[in-house]
Amino acid sequence: MARMNLVEAIDQALLQEMARDPKVIVLGEDVGKDGGVFRVTDGLVERCGEERVIDTPLAESGIVGFAIGLAIAGYRPVAEVQFAGFVYPAYDQLVSHAARMRNRSRGRWTVPIVVRMPYGGGIRALEHHSESTEVIFTHVPGLKVVIPSDPYDAKGLLTAAIRDPDPVIFFEPARIYRAIKMEVPKGQYVIPLGQAKVVREGRDLTLIGWGAQLRTCREAAERLAAENRYDVEVIDVRTLSPFDHETVIASVKKTGRAVVVHEAARFCGFGAEISAQIMERALLSLKAPVRRVAGLDVMAPLAKLEDYYQPDVDLVVSEIIATMEF
Amino acid sequence: MPVTTLVSFSIQRVEVMDLEGNVDAALMPALSPERIQALYRIMVLTRRFDERMLKLQRQGRLGTFARVTGQEAAHVGAAFALQSQDWLVPAFRETGAFLHLGLPMEQMLQYWSGDERGMAIPEGLRLLPIAVPVGTQMLHAAGIAWAMKHDGEPSAALTIFGEGATSEGDFHEALNFAGVFHLPVVFFCQNNQWAISVPFSKQTASSTVAQKALGYGLAGVQVDGNDVFAVYKVVSEALDRARNGGGATLIEAHTYRVTDHTTSDDARRYREQEEVATWVERDPLVRLARYMKKQGLLDDERETAVAAEADEQVGEAVARFEAIVPPGPEELFAHVYAELTPALAEERDALLRRLEGRS
Repeated sequence: MARMNLVEAIDQALLQEMARDPKVIVLGEDVGKDGGVFRVTDGLVERCGEERVIDTPLAESGIVGFAIGLAIAGYRPVAEVQFAGFVYPAYDQLVSHAARMRNRSRGRWTVPIVVRMPYGGGIRALEHHSESTEVIFTHVPGLKVVIPSDPYDAKGLLTAAIRDPDPVIFFEPARIYRAIKMEVPKGQYVIPLGQAKVVREGRDLTLIGWGAQLRTCREAAERLAAENRYDVEVIDVRTLSPFDHETVIASVKKTGRAVVVHEAARFCGFGAEISAQIMERALLSLKAPVRRVAGLDVMAPLAKLEDYYQPDVDLVVSEIIATMEF
Repeated sequence: MPVTTLVSFSIQRVEVMDLEGNVDAALMPALSPERIQALYRIMVLTRRFDERMLKLQRQGRLGTFARVTGQEAAHVGAAFALQSQDWLVPAFRETGAFLHLGLPMEQMLQYWSGDERGMAIPEGLRLLPIAVPVGTQMLHAAGIAWAMKHDGEPSAALTIFGEGATSEGDFHEALNFAGVFHLPVVFFCQNNQWAISVPFSKQTASSTVAQKALGYGLAGVQVDGNDVFAVYKVVSEALDRARNGGGATLIEAHTYRVTDHTTSDDARRYREQEEVATWVERDPLVRLARYMKKQGLLDDERETAVAAEADEQVGEAVARFEAIVPPGPEELFAHVYAELTPALAEERDALLRRLEGRS
């Protein structure tokens, strides 16, 4: 075990996968000498060489389209998109080809790529650097969408994503890249995709989140526990697609109440899907409507307005209380 | 301070065979009589297949499809230059290339009839399925080419697209990647002058597609796309260069779409029939047949026989196609992921139960 942050855990997962499988390669803008703008790929090029840690031209569609070709020819590319807000030029390649090549060729050609990208706000960044774009990918059949919330999960989930036979969009919460340090095993391990995790057990209400917002959820639950008010169960979704409804539904059937927290805009956010699933599968267990605590339905703002936009512990706590008192 | 010329360029056009079937011996590629006859047979098969498909479409037995009549020299000629270790990354107007590489005709019919199983590429073929979104597939060829180079394989990737695709951003990105990484890839543009209703002059202000190569550090050449020997020669040389570490080439096959864009299009709305007629006179099949007759490789009797053999092959394929049982609803779920997710299994079971209740 070693204490490490999210950046170090991801870097280690990449390095260990590259050591294990010569077909794993990393590509993207500035991933080589520079080690990525967040230093996530720090040291990789020195250890694995420029042939396997490829600094590409500045072209997101190019990076992903190129990675698709690599995958078809037998490689396991891990492509980095510098920020989730820059992924849009690559969207066509992801939706039209990465997601569909298996189906189109009836299994003859497959696209086992991982597209990593930092996402989310709270880093006081420029425009386009704070977006939470998970639902534009969860809506696409053929893609998988993974979002870790801590270093341990990040390493295990990324290892699983690289080994997965299908394309995986791997969102990294930029806000907590260095905010959390925890013990992470030195060796390799896999956290299977498609499995949510109950990170705090509770009786009264199910609080569902992922990524950087999971910490907000935990803090809200702890505060309510410390105040002896409510015993909140917290679930880290971890894989948004395929979505592990079983873990969520089992919890809601136990607690009878649910609040979903995410940073992306509320309208058509992933909270709407979770809410609908709960309605379809556990309506008679519900003692209150499912609530969504989400980003406002506005553009992800620049630094000065950011704190108004993002859900925080106070807001989550008040929404939990409102749900409990419904 | 002096003004200096940093770069100047010229673009070559390659023609080997004239309209009467006379060839320039110095430029004629090395092709045995048997290979030329094989080339002719596959071009005839492509033409007869295309015509039969049109009839099937008009009868409602096929859906919308993109015709290839008149472009056989371009895409069949290019595919003919491939070796078995090479890759073909197509768009959607390359029927003859698919046939040449060995995709069974009934699968092509299946695909255009709306049965996704048609693009189940047989094992052993380094062929990607039809790519409908214009221009996107060129990047896949670049990625494949990188893999071939990195694996030390003496293979190249050939990707085919139309001149409309050269306006897409992915064209730029693919050529740029190919140049930067010095990749064994050949970009083959079937410039058929029309992207549905938009003529070449409105697609680009560049006088050729070929010269666009220069901005990426690639070789670029134009070829008479209705001259199958010229196409074969230029593509063979480009593939050889690619396999031998010489990098990528952009080839512009100057041809013409004598048909409508697809069976859903009516080209009379936007272009003059006189223009089409001038290109019908440059029919690539007629040209090749003239050459072969002059060389004693073909006579009228054999010409008729080749067409009849092609029709027979097509007829048999149509019969096989029509005997194929339509896909069942479970096919919807078969290849979404390597493993069916629990939610998809639930959806599939619900659909099957609902359909069972109906019957």
